[in-house]
Amino acid sequence: MPFGYASPEQIMRDKADYARKGIARGRSVVVLQYVDGLLFVAPNPSRALHKISEIYDRIGFAAVGRYNEFEELRRGGIRYADINGFTYDRTDVTGRGLANLYASNLGRIFTESIKSLEVEVVIAEVGETPESDAIYRLTFDGSVFDEHGFAAMGGQAEAVVNRLKERYRESMSLADALEVALSALTEPGGERPPVGQLEVAVLDRNREHRKFLRLTGARLERLLGQSSATTTPETPPSTPLETPPSDAPPPTGPEGPVDDGSSPL
Amino acid sequence: MASHRDLPAGLVDHLFRNTGSSSFTEFVSSYAPELLPQRDQVLATPIGDQVPHATTIVAATFAGGVVMAGDRRATSGNIISQRDVEKVFRADEYSCMGIAGTASTGIEFARLFRVELEHYEKLEGLGMSVKGKANRLATMIRGNLAMAMQGLVVVPLFAAYDPDKDEGRIFSYDVAGGPYERERFDAIGSGSIFARGSLKKLYRDGASADDMAMTLIQALYDAADDDSATGGPDVTRKIWPIVAVIDADGFRRLSEEQISGYVDQMLAARLISPDGPIAPLR
Repeated sequence: MPFGYASPEQIMRDKADYARKGIARGRSVVVLQYVDGLLFVAPNPSRALHKISEIYDRIGFAAVGRYNEFEELRRGGIRYADINGFTYDRTDVTGRGLANLYASNLGRIFTESIKSLEVEVVIAEVGETPESDAIYRLTFDGSVFDEHGFAAMGGQAEAVVNRLKERYRESMSLADALEVALSALTEPGGERPPVGQLEVAVLDRNREHRKFLRLTGARLERLLGQSSATTTPETPPSTPLETPPSDAPPPTGPEGPVDDGSSPL
Repeated sequence: MASHRDLPAGLVDHLFRNTGSSSFTEFVSSYAPELLPQRDQVLATPIGDQVPHATTIVAATFAGGVVMAGDRRATSGNIISQRDVEKVFRADEYSCMGIAGTASTGIEFARLFRVELEHYEKLEGLGMSVKGKANRLATMIRGNLAMAMQGLVVVPLFAAYDPDKDEGRIFSYDVAGGPYERERFDAIGSGSIFARGSLKKLYRDGASADDMAMTLIQALYDAADDDSATGGPDVTRKIWPIVAVIDADGFRRLSEEQISGYVDQMLAARLISPDGPIAPLR
């Protein structure tokens, strides 16, 4: 039991700081729209522990933070989707419904538990047309952000978002979107993760039945070679990059090494 | 903004706490068994004859895959209750099932089986093995045994492409489960004895997918020829059998045009020789 008194405000702030610090240790994940749907890109050295996953026919999931925590969310989401789809009809499972489920669960844990979840989640749903695509970003406290075009989360999220803002255009080809995502995930002058350490998936509206597809191996390499050189001059942006917030460690922040890409989390 | 309020109270907790197996059926039965087929109720009188029945399904392997076809007739006793019923269902990318017997139960099986396979695949991040799929289906049929005894019999035929062996595989079942793996071809339903006889003569090892689709259409025609519950191609209404092909590229249903092309070809030949192609005697 804690000694003394801490104001509810202070407790919430501490929990938020703790969660932010945990999430900031991981690497960023990017979700963005392209002409045929939605693209998910995550630097991830693990082949088995995924940060990106299929939830349902038209719905994908991406997460950063603590693996065991977002894995539990992922499994819960799949159960929710499969039950609703089986009870009613497959078209009755929506990204919005899932986002609500996650928001209420994350919010409840944030307020009721001693420790909030150290996760950030994106639920993305591909529609019949680009206008009906949806990207919901959820933070550890249950806030929901309805993003347009693209979303980034994780350690360097702000810097990644800024780089995405610069390069993102509507109705890009898949290869161009992948190129944009990779340059956003890479610090200016930094080295790109090798193909084997990339987790890439799409929700392709032109696919039948289930829209989710993982891109791996030769298919991914071919795609990386296709990106038209016009999209990305390899010059670093002229504006100074914003550094992620809260450099000063919060009082209750978790200790641990900064992510160097060797861990899947 | 609250579509999950439709779910029973306590489900949200259940969703995130459940750490059991990757089976959808097991998960559902632990919190909402009423969503699953009612397996233990006893009917006052068997109603088997009063509900629509699906009839003949045929399947055969070819070089690198498997083809399944089903006629379109559903019958209740001596009444034709539907002329365009679908009895061949895609289960996942590499498998499908056809149903014979009580149509309603069969359709429910097909829906549940699809979710069962997808649920496992999504949770595990890996598809189930072909044998695993066949076993899951066997468990579902076993669970229906009490209903089968009441006249609501459903017997599926399961076909899958096995990526490890690069070949098609076929499993059939009895009312108590199974599964029995079949070499080359099999048929289920009331017209199956005639279809199987036809396939026995027409099956060729190493045939192409297209040739095997034609073979199955011939077999269905032979079944419809001798079994009143099996429907032949409905030329006036343009209702053709459903033909599904599964190979390394996944599941695909042949288009209406393609099937009607095969049917026209077959019917033209049958005008000359009503009993169809003849297998060589020696």
